[in-house]
Amino acid sequence: MADQTLPIGGALDITPQKATKQSFFEWLSEWFITVDHKKLGILYISYALVFMLVAGVEALMIRVQLAVPNNDFVSPQLYDRLFTMHGTTMVFLVGMPILFGFANYIVPLQIGARDMAYPRLNAFSFWLTAFGGLLLYYSFIGGFGLYGVGTAPDMGWFAYAPLTEKAFSPGHAPDYWAIALIISGWGTLGTAINIIATTISMRCKGMTLMRMPLFSWLMLVVSGLTLVTITPLTAAQIMLMIDRYLGGHFFDTQAGGSAVMWMHFFWIFGHPEVYVLVLPAFGIASEIIPVFSRKGIFGYAAMVAASVGIGFVSLGVWAHHMFTVGMSTPTTTFFVLSTMLVGIPTGIKIFNWLATIWGGKIVFATPMLFCLAFLFQFLIAGLTGIMLSAAPWDWQLHNSYFVVAHFHYVLVGAIVFNIFAAIYYWFPKATGKMLSETLGKWHFWLFLIGFHLTFDFMHIPGILGMPRHIYTYMPDRGWGIWNFIETIGAFVQAIAVLVFLYNVVISLMKGKEAGNDPWDAWTLEWATPSPPPAYNFATDPVVNSRRPLWDLKHPEDPDWKYE
Amino acid sequence: MATIPVVQNKYEEWRLPSRGASGMISLIIGETALFSMFVLAYIFYIGKSVSGPQPAQVLDIPVFMTICLWSSSLTIWIAERAIEHNRMKQFTFFWGLTIVLGGIFLGGTALEWHRLIYHDGLTISTNLFGTTFYSLVGLHASHVVVGLIMLTAVFIFTLTGHVQQKHAYNIKTLALYWHFVDAVWVVVFTVVYILGR
Amino acid sequence: MFTGISKVLRRLLFTAGMTIALPVSAWAAGVQPGTNMFAPASKPAREIESLAIFILAITGGIFVVVGGALLYAVIKYRRRKNDDGSEPTQIFGSLQIEMAWTIIPIMIVVVMFLTSARLIFAIQDAPKPKESLAITVVGHQFWWEVRYPKYGVVTANEIHVPVDEATYFKLLSADVVHSFWIPELAGKTDCIPNHVNTTWILPTRVGLYKGQCSQFCGTEHAMMLLRVYVQTPAQFKAWIKNQQKPAVEDPAVAAGREVFMHNACMDCHTIRGTVATGRFGPDLTHLASRDTLGSGSLSNTPANLRAWIKDPDHFKPGVLMPAMQLNNKQLDEVTAYLCSLR
Repeated sequence: MADQTLPIGGALDITPQKATKQSFFEWLSEWFITVDHKKLGILYISYALVFMLVAGVEALMIRVQLAVPNNDFVSPQLYDRLFTMHGTTMVFLVGMPILFGFANYIVPLQIGARDMAYPRLNAFSFWLTAFGGLLLYYSFIGGFGLYGVGTAPDMGWFAYAPLTEKAFSPGHAPDYWAIALIISGWGTLGTAINIIATTISMRCKGMTLMRMPLFSWLMLVVSGLTLVTITPLTAAQIMLMIDRYLGGHFFDTQAGGSAVMWMHFFWIFGHPEVYVLVLPAFGIASEIIPVFSRKGIFGYAAMVAASVGIGFVSLGVWAHHMFTVGMSTPTTTFFVLSTMLVGIPTGIKIFNWLATIWGGKIVFATPMLFCLAFLFQFLIAGLTGIMLSAAPWDWQLHNSYFVVAHFHYVLVGAIVFNIFAAIYYWFPKATGKMLSETLGKWHFWLFLIGFHLTFDFMHIPGILGMPRHIYTYMPDRGWGIWNFIETIGAFVQAIAVLVFLYNVVISLMKGKEAGNDPWDAWTLEWATPSPPPAYNFATDPVVNSRRPLWDLKHPEDPDWKYE
Repeated sequence: MATIPVVQNKYEEWRLPSRGASGMISLIIGETALFSMFVLAYIFYIGKSVSGPQPAQVLDIPVFMTICLWSSSLTIWIAERAIEHNRMKQFTFFWGLTIVLGGIFLGGTALEWHRLIYHDGLTISTNLFGTTFYSLVGLHASHVVVGLIMLTAVFIFTLTGHVQQKHAYNIKTLALYWHFVDAVWVVVFTVVYILGR
Repeated sequence: MFTGISKVLRRLLFTAGMTIALPVSAWAAGVQPGTNMFAPASKPAREIESLAIFILAITGGIFVVVGGALLYAVIKYRRRKNDDGSEPTQIFGSLQIEMAWTIIPIMIVVVMFLTSARLIFAIQDAPKPKESLAITVVGHQFWWEVRYPKYGVVTANEIHVPVDEATYFKLLSADVVHSFWIPELAGKTDCIPNHVNTTWILPTRVGLYKGQCSQFCGTEHAMMLLRVYVQTPAQFKAWIKNQQKPAVEDPAVAAGREVFMHNACMDCHTIRGTVATGRFGPDLTHLASRDTLGSGSLSNTPANLRAWIKDPDHFKPGVLMPAMQLNNKQLDEVTAYLCSLR
């Protein structure tokens, strides 16, 4: 190989131009009209964090209500709204926006592009999503009219028909739910198309698909999955609206409509949706674990194959949410098999992360702590998932608190932990300031303890027969003590989140300067200044391996020698 | 000054799939999933209506409008070829013809619906057949409308001379959408007028 | 060859997993809330429990092995205080190792799948015995209608079945989706409108088993409780015999009867042998023979009954039964009448 050298763009010593003094309105309008992927990424993440607080408060109210039997902290009607809004918010207004926010910020930087493929579509998508969220929350004051006691959706985030039909939900609750999600769904669809076009068409020179960082790869898979999962939900919601407003009969069981069809349509969306949320979390782990183990990812090709595999298999497992609807025996058996098969690529991923750590030199910085906790928790979540996939046992566990514990293990134990990891990891890049490590460790340990208090003990009332979505329960069932412990855990988590928020604010004001590459990392985003200039890279970068910055730092032993 | 060693000119031939095609194909995949749900619902509810009218009693096979829509795929393809080779007159003609054919299809749908509603008394709320029929055919028709709006916009800009050979690529991307709309009609036609009757 | 491997694997995982699974299930079996899936008292529930313990053992084994390896790696490969700052050896993969951890999970999945599939067939396609009791359960918003078609008996929320005899349930819904679940007797099955489901139990122990609706069905989903009384054949016969009788007509409570029949009560409730034939609410022919009111939300005492009639919403906010605005005298009378319906 010849040894000419080319610069990595942006790593050129360019002093960022001093921003001229802006008025508040200029600053505000800059954020409103921006089409910069980095600004939009930050908008997405901040928007999601706000809703995370809202949905977190809803969760706390739920936990207070359930802390003791026969409690009347909230009315049953309000309780139903709380769990519906908590679920809907966390999935649609927190999970997806925050992960797409990270994708927006990180993917173009990681693949050496100057922006997303369609910057204006990007802005449009964000504002659609944002409007969807606001519309959903407007239902608290909207509803029957503007008199302060709105009818927020109260039929569960899965909105099973015919409970959502006009006959059983006469107000506007399901309308807010459906229309808000159709709108934010369009936004999500736009972003997914954008990410696909970006990763396919905007990679810098030398970045072949098999050199693309795993986070970008996972976002490509997730976006592909989003295309075929969000649209079925949109279709089902359009059908529901046709029923409610035009007198259609899709889910009208009195006129021959089928309640089971809604379940199929919802879960054709709903199950892959879990992977839409968890795959980016895998991507985050696949970026952070190697950097803090000081070792390249083990089995890159297997990781890519496993991700694509999970994406495909996840499209054929939805009916495991429906083992109790009376499906035929062969159908049930098929979905048991397909569900258990997901365990194989997932297992491969866990083993690859384990092998990445193995033989490394682990640095216990806050992002890594969150990722290590993720590994343990995701292992448990996967194993309880296998328990649920065994249909006969699922006939017992389905819709019990065991299921609630299981999916919170995935959504909080895996996804939220990795979201926090990602924030600690990329915050220096986006702001130029480090988050405080001391506060970060407080945040981590408190959140870890709170998480396990809540969700470990939540499995037990499920085994003891406690169903989901109940606003209260009888004292003679023996569920009280476990629920009480869970509630304590919920408050510990809440304190941890407050520590985190304090950390963000204090670090923004007087955090340590980050520099370009505080973690001694290897992917392209660390080659630009922190925060990166609007154009990302002064010259288009050229890469020769999966870890361009490793090559740069170790000219004696570059990665491309092994490719 | 950070640098990395590379072989110079190694990536001279660095070519990636185009943005337009990636985006449009993604959109089409998403739309396919959307249509699939309505098609599945239609198939699932064939024969499940508890009251009349049934499809066999009221549906006629719309031969003429179907031929129009499908031949519009051919005319738009000729238009694509024309703009690639800078034959702007031919492009304008065939692009316009595509719009006319699409318009005839929409008109046919309008007449069909008018007959169904006022003559046969079938509305979206009559029975399951009505609900699924108007939803599926209506969803397709709405895509035809969107397609026609975009085609017309291009047509107007062609007449004003803004569309030139250098836009051939964008034209092809847009045409991809129109081909998709035609392809969906193959499925809708088969399901509604052949399977469902 | 395959069975050999799977047998070894099974034994290995079983031993490892039992260290976790056994204490968990033993502890769970000790707790007796009447809704514990690890204290089964009926055939399908017992078979499910053994599958559960088998899967717990396997997954427990996996947890011990993988979790242990993770913990070991995290402790062993931490960066030491005296680290020289050099990077560790970079390893990008190993085909053999990756093949191993693809194939072993596949084998475990096959074992678990076959075990589960066998049980799905054994429960769902179990041959129906000649002698079995047939019960139709209809889910309503916030209560259960229970019909014994063979005996002409209709009751609500409290199901009586004989011990050691199979009972087949036909599950329907009058409005939205509900789910029928008594954990100690069988897994749950949904009650879906316009869709007939069945499930069965074969209880082996006399006693009271509890359950409740486990598919969110509206405001009072939480208070849609179920009780199943497994009785000796003699007790069950006696119960059926009493339920088959028309309602008691006690002249002492004629005033209450008048109140009931001249108010909207009769539009929603049936009392066999009278003009009340409503079907929206529970059948009250033998209300006084039941242990609970409001689908299990409070115990059936005259005081509770009176308070319930006065304002059902107080006990069960969102219940579909309206408060009838009866005056105190009417309340006393109608309570006395309903208490006479043994």
